[in-house]
Amino acid sequence: MNIATQSIDGGFADPVFNAQAVFRAVMDAMARPGTVQDLPQLAHPPAPLSATAGAVALSLCDNDTPVWLDPPLQAETPVKAWLGFHTGAPLANTPADAHFALIANPKEMAALDGFAQGTQEYPDRSTTLIFLVDDLASGPSLLLEGPGIEKTSMIAPPGMPRHFVEQWKQNNQRFPRGVDIILAAPGSLACLPRTTRIKTMEA
Amino acid sequence: MYVAVKGGEAAIANAHRLLADRRRGDRSVPALRLNQIVEQLALGVDRVMSEGSLYDRELAALAVVQARGDMIEAIFLVRAYRTTLPRFGYTNPVDTGAMQVERRISATYKDLPGGQVLGPTFDYTHRLLDPELAAGAEVEAPAQRPVEAEAMPRVSAILAHEGLIEADGEMPLDHVPGDITREPLQFPMARDIRLQALSRGDEGFLLALGYSTQRGYARNHPFVGEVRIGEVELELDVPELPFPVPLGSIRVTECQMVNQFKGSAKAPPQFTRGYGLVFGQSERKAMAMALCDRALRAGELGEDVVAAAQDEEFVISHSDNVQATGFVEHLKLPHYVDFQAELGLVRRMRAEYEARQNEDKAAEEKREAAE
Amino acid sequence: MRGQEAREQAGRKALMATLAHAEADEIARLWNEAGLPSEAELLRGPETGLVTVRGRIGGGGAPFNVGEATVTRATVRLPSGQVGHSYALGRDKGKARLAAIADALWQDPAHRETVETKLAAPLRAALNAARETRRVETAATKVDFFTMVRGED
Repeated sequence: MNIATQSIDGGFADPVFNAQAVFRAVMDAMARPGTVQDLPQLAHPPAPLSATAGAVALSLCDNDTPVWLDPPLQAETPVKAWLGFHTGAPLANTPADAHFALIANPKEMAALDGFAQGTQEYPDRSTTLIFLVDDLASGPSLLLEGPGIEKTSMIAPPGMPRHFVEQWKQNNQRFPRGVDIILAAPGSLACLPRTTRIKTMEA
Repeated sequence: MYVAVKGGEAAIANAHRLLADRRRGDRSVPALRLNQIVEQLALGVDRVMSEGSLYDRELAALAVVQARGDMIEAIFLVRAYRTTLPRFGYTNPVDTGAMQVERRISATYKDLPGGQVLGPTFDYTHRLLDPELAAGAEVEAPAQRPVEAEAMPRVSAILAHEGLIEADGEMPLDHVPGDITREPLQFPMARDIRLQALSRGDEGFLLALGYSTQRGYARNHPFVGEVRIGEVELELDVPELPFPVPLGSIRVTECQMVNQFKGSAKAPPQFTRGYGLVFGQSERKAMAMALCDRALRAGELGEDVVAAAQDEEFVISHSDNVQATGFVEHLKLPHYVDFQAELGLVRRMRAEYEARQNEDKAAEEKREAAE
Repeated sequence: MRGQEAREQAGRKALMATLAHAEADEIARLWNEAGLPSEAELLRGPETGLVTVRGRIGGGGAPFNVGEATVTRATVRLPSGQVGHSYALGRDKGKARLAAIADALWQDPAHRETVETKLAAPLRAALNAARETRRVETAATKVDFFTMVRGED
């Protein structure tokens, strides 16, 4: 009963307007990589799924988008039940089948190239990765450039994957294929689309 | 090539206003209500549901009236509407063997379990227009005959025992049914995807192709193993419930076509099958679909592909009447620049042609003069 | 326990099937007659969407997609805590809401009996009667073949 209740509560209070607000935040963050978009707490998912990541999942995932969960999320039945009830999204069997991936612990995650990369004909068929991060300022700085960034932009999420800068460079080289990342922090989010290059990384 | 052209807004607005007026027609005639269409033009509604690929009687009826009875326009409206809705999931496959049967006939077995039940059919009517219907005569209630419930297994289950008929179409166990509403068409395609395309395909197009197979273009000796019409229950697996949730029932028409097959390098002599399953009551469509399904299995069964009905790319690419009408009707859009370019080209070719003609003429005159 | 749980689920599913087939007006009428409470918090919906109907190749073979159907669903919670769901073909949001409340009430021992006798039973009786009418009308069109026997027995 507890799982049932947890899985059913915590959806959008106002599904249409809430989803639109989240969509707008994600769209702006994708269009202007590195900018931080504020997002009020619109969803209340079971832990360890965060409010921001949960809201993004509610806005973007549906029955047609298989979702992959990293092991910490995979281990939580209430998380799976909550996503199932509110989005109807099936769980992807492998990262390569996923349209979206929710990553609670990016530091320990599998390599970026293990996820769907899209095809030359349909580069949109790649995985959008949603990283749960503690904030967007306390980690090593990432200097960004590319489309949507006038000169450079900066962001500093902590707990990013191992060898992230090198992995991201390889992701850039696969263009037009490649993954996109949504960084979901408490109260805000930012994005790294596949077109964004990471110039340097401070030690 | 299209070039943005401004203007015409007032003309368009007034044209739509005029359309609404003409659709309503003479105001002294009562306006149609949707339930009248649902009840009294039921097979037209069924066609819109089948080719619109959306089972919803009231919406189909609204589309019919909004389209002034233009079926393809109505189908277009329904297709457009369905793209606005989220998808909750895929139902469990319907069990046509458990159908509440309203009609069931077989041309291959006279005495099959459950019997032959004619239902509300046009067959055996004399196709004479009925003036009494025009006068609004009372209609008598249907006859009734109490019966003990008797199972009506699908005819394929009855035929299977001798091993002379192929099994139901199987796919590898891990095969996920393809979905043309999600993935673009790719050829060659698996049978499940063809069936989805055929089920929403244009009735007239499939009917003509089915007919062509009977007339010798990809002849495959069909028999109607069974046609059945009736209601089947729908169930959907949902994450929040431990059992598949019942959704209610829909009416479908199923056709099992049985085809004599003399064998090939790939398969022994046996009866092969074509399958049709469509929304609503439409045995013509279900039969045409089954004929086309069988013809399109030519490659799988090792037959030569010699006719249009066997050509997967030809049949599936052209069976959708919304696509077809879109591409044909787009010719109405302004092609002014295209046409200007073509006009210039034709003028030049004509000038060259005339120059050549004049040269030839001059040469001939010269020759004649010389002789 | 196993058997009881299975029976419990079968009963709940049967109620959902009955409500899915029933007309909204009829549910509302019986609801009022039975004096059932209709207070509930909406947790999801009522919302209309699509399900893709699947058939099987040849009737019993591999699944394929036939086309879509409209479905409306709702999820509610009663003041007493029970959560109820409903799904039904069509676009009737009022019906979806009431059906979800009925599912929740059915899970409450204080209301199950009323839901079964005052709501489900009459709906089921009407549905069965309509089906029976169809059955006997259809049966009247059954062909009785008879063979002309020639010669002497």
